[in-house]
Amino acid sequence: MSQENKAIQPEPYNWFTPFNILTAVVLAVGAVLTFMRFTQGMGAVTNLDNNNPWGIWIGFDLLCGVALAAGGFTTSAACYIFGLKRFHSAVRPAILTAFLGYALVVFALHYDVGRPWKLPYPIFVSQGTSSLLFEVGLCVFLYLTVLFIEWTPAAFEWLGFKKLRTIVVRLTLLLTIFGVVLSTLHQSSLGALFMIAPSKLHPLWYSGYLHVYFFISAIFAGLSMVIFEGTMAHKWLHHKMDDTHLAEADGVVLGFGKAASFIMMGYFGIKVIGLAVDNNWHYLGTGWGAWYLVEMIGFVLFPAILYSVGAREKNLKFIRIAAAWTVLGIVLNRFNVSLVAFNYHLPAADRYFPSLSEIGITLFVVFVGITVYRFITAKMPILYEHPEYKDEH
Amino acid sequence: MSRRKFLGCLTAALGATTGVRSIAHAASNKHFEGYPDSFGVLHDSTKCIGCRQCEKACNEVNELGSPEKPFDDLKVLDTRRRTDEAAYTVVNKFEPAQPGPKSSPVFAKIQCNHCQEPACASACFVKAFKKDKTGAVIYDESLCVGCRYCMVACPFNVPAYTYNDPITPKVTKCTMCHPRILEGKLPGCVEICPKEALVFGKRKDLIKLAWKRINEKPDNYIQHVYGEHEMGGTSWLYLSGVPFDQIGMREDLGVTPAPQLTSGALAAVPIVVGLWPVLLTGVYAIAQRKDKIAKEEKDAAVKEAIDQATDEMNKQLAQLKDKMTKEQQNAVANEVKKALEEAAKKAEAEAAAADGEGGSEDAPEAGKEDK
Repeated sequence: MSQENKAIQPEPYNWFTPFNILTAVVLAVGAVLTFMRFTQGMGAVTNLDNNNPWGIWIGFDLLCGVALAAGGFTTSAACYIFGLKRFHSAVRPAILTAFLGYALVVFALHYDVGRPWKLPYPIFVSQGTSSLLFEVGLCVFLYLTVLFIEWTPAAFEWLGFKKLRTIVVRLTLLLTIFGVVLSTLHQSSLGALFMIAPSKLHPLWYSGYLHVYFFISAIFAGLSMVIFEGTMAHKWLHHKMDDTHLAEADGVVLGFGKAASFIMMGYFGIKVIGLAVDNNWHYLGTGWGAWYLVEMIGFVLFPAILYSVGAREKNLKFIRIAAAWTVLGIVLNRFNVSLVAFNYHLPAADRYFPSLSEIGITLFVVFVGITVYRFITAKMPILYEHPEYKDEH
Repeated sequence: MSRRKFLGCLTAALGATTGVRSIAHAASNKHFEGYPDSFGVLHDSTKCIGCRQCEKACNEVNELGSPEKPFDDLKVLDTRRRTDEAAYTVVNKFEPAQPGPKSSPVFAKIQCNHCQEPACASACFVKAFKKDKTGAVIYDESLCVGCRYCMVACPFNVPAYTYNDPITPKVTKCTMCHPRILEGKLPGCVEICPKEALVFGKRKDLIKLAWKRINEKPDNYIQHVYGEHEMGGTSWLYLSGVPFDQIGMREDLGVTPAPQLTSGALAAVPIVVGLWPVLLTGVYAIAQRKDKIAKEEKDAAVKEAIDQATDEMNKQLAQLKDKMTKEQQNAVANEVKKALEEAAKKAEAEAAAADGEGGSEDAPEAGKEDK
C-alpha cells in the first residue's frame, strides 16, 4: 500500500535536478532546430544530399526506434499468448514504451519527409502496394493504433472509466495476436526496404534474408530493451513499483535473458548460413569484413554468451550488462545497414555523416520520449497495479 | 453462398486489407517486357564530343534557371558531376585506362534511364512514379510525400531532391521530355545534339540499330548494349568504345528487374497474415490447456492429499474410539469387579462384625462410588 500512497500524494518536487535541466536544454535546442527545419527546409539542418537521401533520422529514429520498441509485442505475446503469467508485471511498461516508441517514430518522420502533412497519403489517397515502405507505413499506422488501445486501460484506470476499461481488457488476446502479425510484417519489411538496392549495400550486409534478419533481431532487441529499461526504471522509479512488480522483476530479467540468449544464438546461426548461401566468405578478409566481425562477434555472439552465462548462474548483473550491450549492438546493426555499409561504393567525399543539427533533433526526439514516459509513469498505474483492479488477471 | 464465391470473397478481403492483389504482378514470375511501342534514346558515346549543348537544351526545356557557369564553359567537365535539381542531365569526361579506337577522352551523358521496370516506381509508396506507355517514367509531384525511398532504390543514382525548399520540396529527374513526345517533338537533348550522338526512336528499333553499329564496326565498340538488359532493361541505351565501368557506369547491376528484388519479401505478407493468427491462436489454446491440465492435476493432487489425510485421521479416530471404548469397558468391568469384591469383603466383614457387634453404614458408600 505504501507505494500507492506515494504515487497518489505528490511530494514537494525539486524541479532543478541535473537531469531536468539537461532535458530543458535539449527541448529548447530542439524547438529552435524544429523552427529552422520547417521554415528553411531540410537542407538547412541536415547533411543529406542526392546520393545520401536517408540519414540518421531514418537510421536511428525509424530503424532503431521501431526495433527497440519491439518489447511491446514480445512481452505481450509471452504473457497473453504463451501464457507466461509470471511476466505480467512487465507487460504494461513494455506496452507503454512500445506505444511511445512508435509515436515518436511517427513524430520524427515529420522532420524527415519533405511534406509531412501528406503522411496519410499512402494509406488514404494513393496506395503504392508494390513498395515495402507501404507495408511499413500501413503496419506502423495499424500497430500504433493497436498499441494505443492496449495502453488505454492504464489511462482509464487513472481516469476512473471502469466500463471502457473492461471492454478493452476483453480484447486483450485479439489485440495481442493482431500486434504480433503487424510487428512481424513491419519489423521484417524495414530490413526488406534495402533489398531493392543490392548495388548500394555492401554484400556482407545485403542478403535475400534481410527481412528475416530484421525480424529475428527485433525480437531479441525488444527483450533486451525490456530488461534495459526495467533496470533504468528500477534505478529512478523504484518508489513507484508495487510488491508484485518488484517480486516479479528478477524473474522477468532471468526469463527474458534466457530467451534472448537462445534467439541471439539462432540469429548468429542464420547470419552464418546467409554468408554461406551468398558465398561472401572472401569479404571477411577485407576492412569491411573486420567491421562485420566486430558487429557479429562483438555485438551478437559476445552478448549472447553473456546472456546464457547470466541465465545459467542466475547472475542478474551479467544479464543487465548483456541487455545494454545488445541494445548497442542493434543500433550498430541498423546503422551499418542504413548508413555505414550503404553507398559503400561511393568515394569518401560523397559519403554521409550526420550534422550536429540532425543529431540535435534526434536527441530532442529521445528526450521528448523520456519526458512523456516520466509523466505517464508518475500519473498512471504502469509500474504498479491500480488498487481497484488488483488480482484480476 | 457457394464455396467458390466464399473463397473469392475471402481472397478479395485479404487482398484489400494487405494489398496483396495489386502486388500480384510484383510477386509473380512474369517478366514485363515493357510497353510494345515505347520510345527510347540511344547514346553513342563514341560520337559524343562533350559540348554540353544537351545540358543547355534540357535546362531551357525544363526551365531550370540560369546555371552557375555558362554551358559553353567546358572546364566544368573536369570535375565529375551528377544530376540534381538544377540539371536533369550532365555530361562527364573520362580518361579511360585503355583508350578506345578514338583518342581519349570519352564523354558520357547521364540522366534518368527510364527503366522498363523502374526501381523508383516499385519503391514509391504513393505511386508518384509511373512507367508511361511512351517509355517515360513520369513523376507526379502532387502525390509525393518526400520520403526519398526512390532515391535509395534507384541503381543509377539519378533522382535528386530540392532539400532547401521547406514548403513544396520535390524529386527532380529527367522526364524524357514526356510532354514534348506527346506533341510529336523530340526530347530537347536529342534535338540539339550536333554530332548525332543521341538517337530517339522506338526502343526495339534502337536495340537493332545499336547492334548494327557494333556489328558493322566491331573494333570500335564494346560488344554490349548497356541498358538492353541492365536491371531488366532501360529505355535509354548506350554504346561505348571502352568498358562501361571506365565511363562511370556500373557493370555489376545484374539483369533482375527491381520489383523482383523485393517480391520475395512482399510474398511473405499473405503468408504471415494467413498463418500467424492460426498459429498464435493454437499456441494460446495449448498454453491455456497446459494451464488447465496443470490446475486439474494440482486440484486432484490436493484432493487426494486431503482424502488421504482424512482417511488417516478417521482411522486413527476409530482406533482411538475403539481403544477408549475398550478402556472404558475395562474400567467399568474393573470397577464392578472391585465393587463386587469390596462388597463381598464388606459382607464378609459385616458378617464377622454381626457376629460380634452389628450395625452398618458401608452400603450407601458403595453406591456413591458407582456414580
